[in-house]
Amino acid sequence: MSNPVHDRIKSMIDAHDVVLFMKGTPSFPQCGFSATVAKILDHIGAEVHGVNVLADPDIRNGIKDFTNWPTIPQLYVKGEFVGGCDIVREMFESGELKTFLKDKGVELDAAA
Amino acid sequence: MPMNAADIEHLIKQALPDAEISITDLAGDGDHYAAHVVSKEFAGKTRVAQHKLVFDALGGRMGGELHALALTTAAPK
Repeated sequence: MSNPVHDRIKSMIDAHDVVLFMKGTPSFPQCGFSATVAKILDHIGAEVHGVNVLADPDIRNGIKDFTNWPTIPQLYVKGEFVGGCDIVREMFESGELKTFLKDKGVELDAAA
Repeated sequence: MPMNAADIEHLIKQALPDAEISITDLAGDGDHYAAHVVSKEFAGKTRVAQHKLVFDALGGRMGGELHALALTTAAPK
């Protein structure tokens, strides 16, 4: 039995290299955790497709079942769930995030 | 009803008896904690899988009753 919300989520994460389900938008985050992840991705020069879950309650709830992950933000790279704020920050601080993105073939803005 | 640090530690210990847990109350409001959990159950698992073990231990309170838990996990060295 297909789940239309999950189908919508799937199409979003397949359509963009880096997708961040967040509260607010990358330029106007509306939650500290979402802002932290958006800032980290901006800092390393990754182009992010932001999905504002506050503007889409179906996605806000559906994404938690889709990943079996209880919180927002949620970062996807090349269709793969990477983590929430804690994991992205930990990966960034260890230098792992940049390597991970490069290994996945994600273009990073050299100026960053 | 916010949670206190002892409740969080108790729940995690129930699911991960060997866990070494350090919890910091970030805001004193029973709603913003940082927790570092070390357990051999994490060995060989991705960070996502490790965090999910802790979320399962917290029995669905994560993101609800427990609004913000800054979580880091590690296997024993």
